[in-house]
Amino acid sequence: MTANVATTCTDPVILDQWHPLLPLDEITTDQPNTAVLLGEQLSYRLDANGDPVVWLTADADATPLPILVEYLYVWTCLGSPPDRLFAIPEFSEPDRRNVHAGTIGVHVSAPRAVENFLDMGHFPFVHTDVLGAEPHTEVVEYDVHIDPDTNDVWATECVFYQPRAATTSTEGQMSDYLYRVPHPFCVILYKTTPLDKDRMDVIALFCRPTAQDRIEAHMFLSLLDPDNTDAAIRKFQQTIFGQDKPILENQHPKLLPLDSRAETPIRADKVAIAYRRWLSDLGVTYGVIPVSPTSASVTS
Amino acid sequence: MTDPTTLTDPTTLTDPTTLTDPTTLWHPVATMLDLPHRHIFHGQLLGREVAIWRADDEFINVWENRCLHRGVRLSIGTNDGTELTCRYHGWRYSNRSAGCTYIPAHPADAPARTICNRTFAAVEKYGLVWSGEDPIGKPPIVAALDDGTPFTLRNLPVNAPSQVVLDQLRQHRFQPVASLDANTARMTATEVNDYAIALTSTALTSTETDTTESSTAVFFVQPVDSDRSIIRAVLTEVPAQVEQLGVLRHHATALGKLVIAAETAAAQLPPPEPMVATINQVSLALSVMPEPMLDRQAPLRVQVARKWITAQDIVGFELVSVGDPLPTFQPGAHLDVHLPNGLVRQYSLTNGPGDTSSYRIGVKLEADSTGGSQCLHNTVREGDVLAISEPRNNFPLRRDSLRTVLVAGGIGVTPMLAMAQALKPMGLAFELHYFAQADEHLAFEEIRSELGDAVTTHVGLSPDETGAELARLLDGYGHANQVYICGPGPMLETARTIATAAGWPDQAVHFEYFKNTTEIDNSSSFEIALARSAVNLHVPPGKSILQILRDSGIAMPSSCEQGACGTCVVPVIEGKIDHQDVHLKQSERDAGDQIMTCVSRAAGDRLVLDI
Repeated sequence: MTANVATTCTDPVILDQWHPLLPLDEITTDQPNTAVLLGEQLSYRLDANGDPVVWLTADADATPLPILVEYLYVWTCLGSPPDRLFAIPEFSEPDRRNVHAGTIGVHVSAPRAVENFLDMGHFPFVHTDVLGAEPHTEVVEYDVHIDPDTNDVWATECVFYQPRAATTSTEGQMSDYLYRVPHPFCVILYKTTPLDKDRMDVIALFCRPTAQDRIEAHMFLSLLDPDNTDAAIRKFQQTIFGQDKPILENQHPKLLPLDSRAETPIRADKVAIAYRRWLSDLGVTYGVIPVSPTSASVTS
Repeated sequence: MTDPTTLTDPTTLTDPTTLTDPTTLWHPVATMLDLPHRHIFHGQLLGREVAIWRADDEFINVWENRCLHRGVRLSIGTNDGTELTCRYHGWRYSNRSAGCTYIPAHPADAPARTICNRTFAAVEKYGLVWSGEDPIGKPPIVAALDDGTPFTLRNLPVNAPSQVVLDQLRQHRFQPVASLDANTARMTATEVNDYAIALTSTALTSTETDTTESSTAVFFVQPVDSDRSIIRAVLTEVPAQVEQLGVLRHHATALGKLVIAAETAAAQLPPPEPMVATINQVSLALSVMPEPMLDRQAPLRVQVARKWITAQDIVGFELVSVGDPLPTFQPGAHLDVHLPNGLVRQYSLTNGPGDTSSYRIGVKLEADSTGGSQCLHNTVREGDVLAISEPRNNFPLRRDSLRTVLVAGGIGVTPMLAMAQALKPMGLAFELHYFAQADEHLAFEEIRSELGDAVTTHVGLSPDETGAELARLLDGYGHANQVYICGPGPMLETARTIATAAGWPDQAVHFEYFKNTTEIDNSSSFEIALARSAVNLHVPPGKSILQILRDSGIAMPSSCEQGACGTCVVPVIEGKIDHQDVHLKQSERDAGDQIMTCVSRAAGDRLVLDI
């Protein structure tokens, strides 16, 4: 493939990631359609064998970009991708419902959306009477670590009172959460299910950055829910994300500031702080306001 | 005749380098009509977004439109009349100071006092709200407006730099109120400053000295960003009611044309660089995640289910559990209430026996409040979550008495109500004497009426009359009589003296002070030996025994930390005690076997404590 694809994104860390273009089942014809990734317009269609192909629209030769079909989505890369994508073993469990719950465009950077996904403190205020309810506002202490093998960010021992945690809920429950960030712009949560106390539902947000401050957010679920229709699951998930969207679009600045002195953290933000540091350590510059060398020494 | 409208050469824009630095000027940012009751208006000035809101006390707040936590616009939050609540995580910011008063994710922790949003000056003038980045002096003073009856026209946004708009305004024409339909008025212009111009339109038929047929409007141009402005025009005189609609229409039409001309002119210019409003960094101390609070003194979370005025300056709070059922309590018990402003205050429960459905307390607004009662009165409201301690009882009630006299002064009635409600169903004889300054100061009518004849109120007595009444009440001590007193210091002293004089033994007189008004002398230095743990510690001047014990890693309960409540008591095995508290009775002091570690000290070189 072409080593140096002309692109408006100059961040090598992000260029070399797999990015979720769209759900596989939305590529249905051999007629080209387009989608934007990292400021570049891509074309896609089904080839003669019925397999998806993706190329840069501006590329007269239509050289295919690398692709990967994983977790219901077609992933592509504008740089040199790793061999494989992060693992979600639950996807292959036979009794799981794997559902693409929808794609929502949001005028915010991908890391802002990821950080919102990692946040329990907003449940009572933004997802009132569904994922949280006043006065149950306390975020109790939880643990955060970076997995030494995979370099994923993990938040564990998270507990939050939820009036209606899922489509399968009939009453309020203390939900146990695990959060995992395996990719700068993808985030997964594992959550207590009312149906099986030993296993957890998997809910993921895969962001496709179309620009530094815009995303198409894909919602993926792998559930232990035999009863609810896909439509009901989608409606629940889209309602939740629909509540997040206006908040995200009112964040200023839209890019995530990595300087610790840009915003005011509290203990509930432990995982967000770890995520911001992790992005800094990875050297991510796209969708963020990196720590400037001078800002660290400024006092105010 | 020469064109009377041309006062400046319209082809030359003002050189931006000669303009006054706009950050030093006052600019209009809203009209008063933009600030209806409990609304938050989203404004912008010089590239900076501002949240503008009027509190119920009419104070106008102009703040950076950004929550300090995650940068969400405060203009999508809630204005409850005294505070602005962020939509995202419910952080609350106070009217005037913009200080953060509450962080719901950590109800037990007080927000750091330094979490404070950026505020900008705000002044109301000519029906407009004026603000600025760093304005010098006062908002533009326009004599014609100050002398007249300003009439604010509808504001008009323009997609053009402010100086392009000003330049168009220099050529602007309108008619005086008296001849709106003509188009021959003579225009004269007076520059107010680089962002405002006053135009006077005079009918050609009028003479120089006759001003009856002239109208003056002042046009303020708000620089929203480098390429956007808002024209805010004010007439110097309010037109007659019947003419107002016509006047508004006339100016809207004229300014509508001006907007088209200004936007056309702006489109010819290269697009200016957008203005960048710098966002201040948070302080270094706030940028690090705070440590969890160890050794929590406030394990319970309660929600304010009801807040009501029970008497003048006294507010009742009903607190219900957010989590597990509330722990039981004894009559006389108090709670430590951890307030959103970081203070911890003690309040006695008024609950009747066995009633743990909620805790009910009464809070008097203290004139010399250091923030405790003020915070509860003004900031805390129904729906809020508070962190409280488990109930502690340092004022226990004996329930083996033939007669119990409860004496309450003012807000000291609260523990007495709990005691009276405990005694009543047991059929034990008791009387509650409630002293207050005036009828409107009598609180908790609903509890008192349940107690019936057992309650006597004594209203409006002078100190001498109070003494006389107490002497009458306490006359004649009998076997198994007990008196419990809670009230202001002087009244308590009087009651204790009278009781002693009337033959009440020390063991039968129980009291609880609101606070210790004695000046604490902590100048001594001495050693303490902890008998059970074989540890010796030095207490230097300026430090309390309590602090030294805590510094050595010993978890010590405490509450008022001023020698009034009795929570930090420790048994003493050996050594003479310098008692400085108001909790212990004289007989208990004389016994010398316990010490309030928050204020009392060793009278000699050494104390041996039984811990």
